[in-house]
Amino acid sequence: MAQVSYRAGLLASLPAASAGAASPFSTLDPAGPVARIIARLWWIMAGASVAITLGMIALALYCAVHPSRPAALDARKWLLGGGILFPSVVLLALLGGGAYAGWVMAARLAPPPFVVQVQARQWYWEARYPETDRPQARSVNVVHIPAAMPVEFRVSTPDVIHSFWVPRLGGKVDAVPGRINVIRLQADRPGIYRGLCAEFCGAGHAQMMLDVHAHDAARLPDVLAALPEDGAQAQPRQRSGR
Amino acid sequence: MTGAPSAIARHRAFEEIWRSPPGWGRLAAVNHTTIGLRFILTALAFFLVGGVLAMMMRAQLTAGGSGFLDSETYNQIFTMHGTVMMFLFAIPMLEGFAIYLLPKMLGTRDLAYPRLGAFAYWCYLFGGLILLGGLAAGVAPRSGWFMYTPLSGSTYSPGINADVWLIGVTFSEISALCGGVELAASILRLRAAGMRLSRMPLFAWYMLVTSAMILVGFPPLILGSILLEVERAFGWPFFDVARGGDPLLWQHLFWMFGHPEVYIIFLPAAGLVSAMLPAFARRPVVGYPWIVASVVGMGIVSFALWGHHMSTAGISGHAAMFFSVASMLVAVPTAVQFFSWLATLYAGRPVLRLPMLYLAGFLAIFVLGGMTGVMLALLPFNWQAHDTHFVVAHLHYVLIGGMVFPLLAAAYYWMPHVSGRMPSALLGRWAFWLIFAGFNLTFLPMHLTGMLGMPRRVHAYPADSGWEWLNLASSVGGFLQAAGFGLFVLDVFLHVRTGRRSRHNPWESGGLEWAMPTPPTSYNFAAIPDLAAMPPSGAADPLWHQRDLGARLASGQGYLADPGRGQRETLAVEVRTGRPAHVVILPGSSWLPLASACALLVFFLALLFKAYAAVPLAAALSAALLACWAWRTGMRTEPLPMDAGNGLRLLPHAAARHAPGWTGTQLMLVADGALFGSLLFGYGYLWVVSPLWPPPACVTSDAPAPLSSVAALVAATASAAMARTRRALQSPKACCAWQAGAALAGLAAIWALCRIALYALPSPTSHAYAAISAAMICYVAVHAAAGVVISSHAALRCLAGYVSPARCLDVRVPAVWWAYVLGTGLLALGLLYGTAHTLA
Repeated sequence: MAQVSYRAGLLASLPAASAGAASPFSTLDPAGPVARIIARLWWIMAGASVAITLGMIALALYCAVHPSRPAALDARKWLLGGGILFPSVVLLALLGGGAYAGWVMAARLAPPPFVVQVQARQWYWEARYPETDRPQARSVNVVHIPAAMPVEFRVSTPDVIHSFWVPRLGGKVDAVPGRINVIRLQADRPGIYRGLCAEFCGAGHAQMMLDVHAHDAARLPDVLAALPEDGAQAQPRQRSGR
Repeated sequence: MTGAPSAIARHRAFEEIWRSPPGWGRLAAVNHTTIGLRFILTALAFFLVGGVLAMMMRAQLTAGGSGFLDSETYNQIFTMHGTVMMFLFAIPMLEGFAIYLLPKMLGTRDLAYPRLGAFAYWCYLFGGLILLGGLAAGVAPRSGWFMYTPLSGSTYSPGINADVWLIGVTFSEISALCGGVELAASILRLRAAGMRLSRMPLFAWYMLVTSAMILVGFPPLILGSILLEVERAFGWPFFDVARGGDPLLWQHLFWMFGHPEVYIIFLPAAGLVSAMLPAFARRPVVGYPWIVASVVGMGIVSFALWGHHMSTAGISGHAAMFFSVASMLVAVPTAVQFFSWLATLYAGRPVLRLPMLYLAGFLAIFVLGGMTGVMLALLPFNWQAHDTHFVVAHLHYVLIGGMVFPLLAAAYYWMPHVSGRMPSALLGRWAFWLIFAGFNLTFLPMHLTGMLGMPRRVHAYPADSGWEWLNLASSVGGFLQAAGFGLFVLDVFLHVRTGRRSRHNPWESGGLEWAMPTPPTSYNFAAIPDLAAMPPSGAADPLWHQRDLGARLASGQGYLADPGRGQRETLAVEVRTGRPAHVVILPGSSWLPLASACALLVFFLALLFKAYAAVPLAAALSAALLACWAWRTGMRTEPLPMDAGNGLRLLPHAAARHAPGWTGTQLMLVADGALFGSLLFGYGYLWVVSPLWPPPACVTSDAPAPLSSVAALVAATASAAMARTRRALQSPKACCAWQAGAALAGLAAIWALCRIALYALPSPTSHAYAAISAAMICYVAVHAAAGVVISSHAALRCLAGYVSPARCLDVRVPAVWWAYVLGTGLLALGLLYGTAHTLA
């Protein structure tokens, strides 16, 4: 009964999952090492969660409908084994996996990064490239990065809290007034990766999207050379606006 | 006893004393059965409002761009959905169940503070009406139910919307705090004779821990709301970076409340599960001490998790790791409870009735919710899933699975108790399957929606996002759920009229709440049970050991079985052993709770509409009504031992060392201390973390001002302490003089503190340092003002003959109050002046 409902739900989402590649915002279609490691963690945890949930349901059904003879029960075995040992073992494994994932990510992103400064505002994104030979250049709702090398995004905002997120590349980091929060990501190949604002920031929150353009490292200086400078009028570009 | 009355005559006499007045008089009712049912029905109404808001959201999100709601309206709707469900449904509904059930399960006649319970209801209703009024007027809050700054500050949310949230929610929080004080005091002190703390019904343990969590967990939000409202209205920059504040301070204060809040929601529901399961397993629960230890453990650990909501906000890596590990740790006590329940079923002879179906739903859904919770605790995964629909899916799995399903089970289980009739099993089963299937259709795919990148709180999404089919499935599920809940509500209201009469105790439970007629009498038990002879293993299910207990109690076998004194009486016991300690004389129906709540409503509305001229008047009116209320306690004559039945003679509570009023004062000071602690945290946090510190100007170290404040507070404390001595108590005039002295010293303290705030501190609008320092001074000053009122009240009580060596509660309260004010004053001034050198 409960299992049927769960299987139906899972089956229903499988077509969507396999079509996950079709979503430009999918964390399950990773385009960089951070997202890839996290996606792998997700699949392992998801599988374990489903197994444990189904296992608990099965155990509960057995307990509820077992043939009624008074069953001898060692309460301590149940409570120590099931209540304490079992979750502790699972959690330790999980923490170990998470620690390992974090270590691998740090190692992959260790080389000196390309630095981008991102300013989030209501309701658009502005990027600057301070450590290039065009520190005055700015791009609006587009961030240009080199592919196949670590990029450090330094995120801030002058107004309210936003959150900078490019799901196919990795996790998100909040833009908080008075702080510069930093995240390192990497795009393995040149391409366009969609990003969005992930912290509710007012009326225009749903439209506050951006594109990350990853270029071959050799082409990047030309791209940056074509950007307007500070003070030049650049209209924030609306994404399929609504 | 001469000529023992018959059971019928006894019943009539008790009803006469305990019943609520008819007609309009019902507004003055204080009886816990009435108040509990009021909370439940009002919370149900708010649930339906929240549900309609959810349906509107689902309708909007069905297709990415075709929404009928614009962004601003949608933002109000999702903010209100969260606010209504969390503040106006979840806590009050569970409070209602606790208020209704606990005295019955504990074998007593009412809770410790009947008028406070009624007052809590009215505060809840009025706070909720303020929020709904905002919604109806189109000015509902629209910054999300957690109201992050700076979005919710006056720059980015001008207009009254955010103030509606801050004031409406604070008003409802007062209700929850009062509920917490009342439930904790009642569980500790008002039980059946011989009911040991270590053997009381498990639901009482769950509610005891929950009440303690409320007392410590709600004040941070109340403080945060006060600070934000003051920032919005007067420009004191607690959260404004440009002037030394920090937006993350709001997040810390909010989540210090917010995380315990969800356990405050889960634990009572788990307590209801523990209360129902033994009846269906037909044996007492397995592992009682393990469950108690787990519940206490969860209560404590839940206060160490709040940072997991902020892992992307820029907190330190070490802090994030700590919160991550702690968040996973809390799965262990949860698992202990689950395995306890499963072991109980396994070792019992399970019988499957309708409530069990809902309990099965609870298990299936909550376990999956717990799994996704542990996943979210893992840091790298959190960075992807935070603020997406994955979190929305998780939170609904734990809240609906962990709270709503147990509530539905509890509703079906106790409906025969409330009405004496059985609900329809057919409607109940249909409702279950519709809700279960609809719920999973809505929220199971939503995990994937989040993993595919859909963030929270968007009213529209791009056509090429790939989220449309998933949102459509979720919306269809929403309609199924609505149908299911509709059937449930129909069943509840129909069964009162057309349900078949249930036999007494239809589930053959061992709980004391079934040792009375159903529907219940207004006085619960004609005699307070004596459980001293009960074997320890049986104490949690007394009815299984004495099947005729109900009949015996009705015939007067127990304590306080004589209604002849014509007043509402119940037994107070020693906390640990349950030995009878004194008799508590409870108040009858009163208009004071409603009147006081109305005065507070005027106060809050004046703040909301910025009619600041009316604020002091409303505050004074509220204080006057509360003083009237306090005046009606105590005795004017010397207390004499009363015949409590079974040969026992006990004093009334006015002469007792551990009177309910004393316990309540102590509990209230715990909550107050949590508020002050949050304020100190705010000062320390801003100092250490906030950019733009140190401030340009600090408090001028002008010695007389702080020294005179401390001197005045010491004088007040000493004076109040002198009033407590035996010599003073023997002479009402001396006692009155000491109290008056305390009040005068208090006034001097207020004057000195005001001088500090006005002359020694820079302007509070200039920098967060000045703002939070001024806030600390204000805290002490307000408490000193309350102390002046309390001491003046006590002085009058002395003159009116309420005070004697045996009746000293009126004098003990000012003494502890001034000690508290002195302590907080020393801490506040010490922090302020002690750090001035380091900061300057």
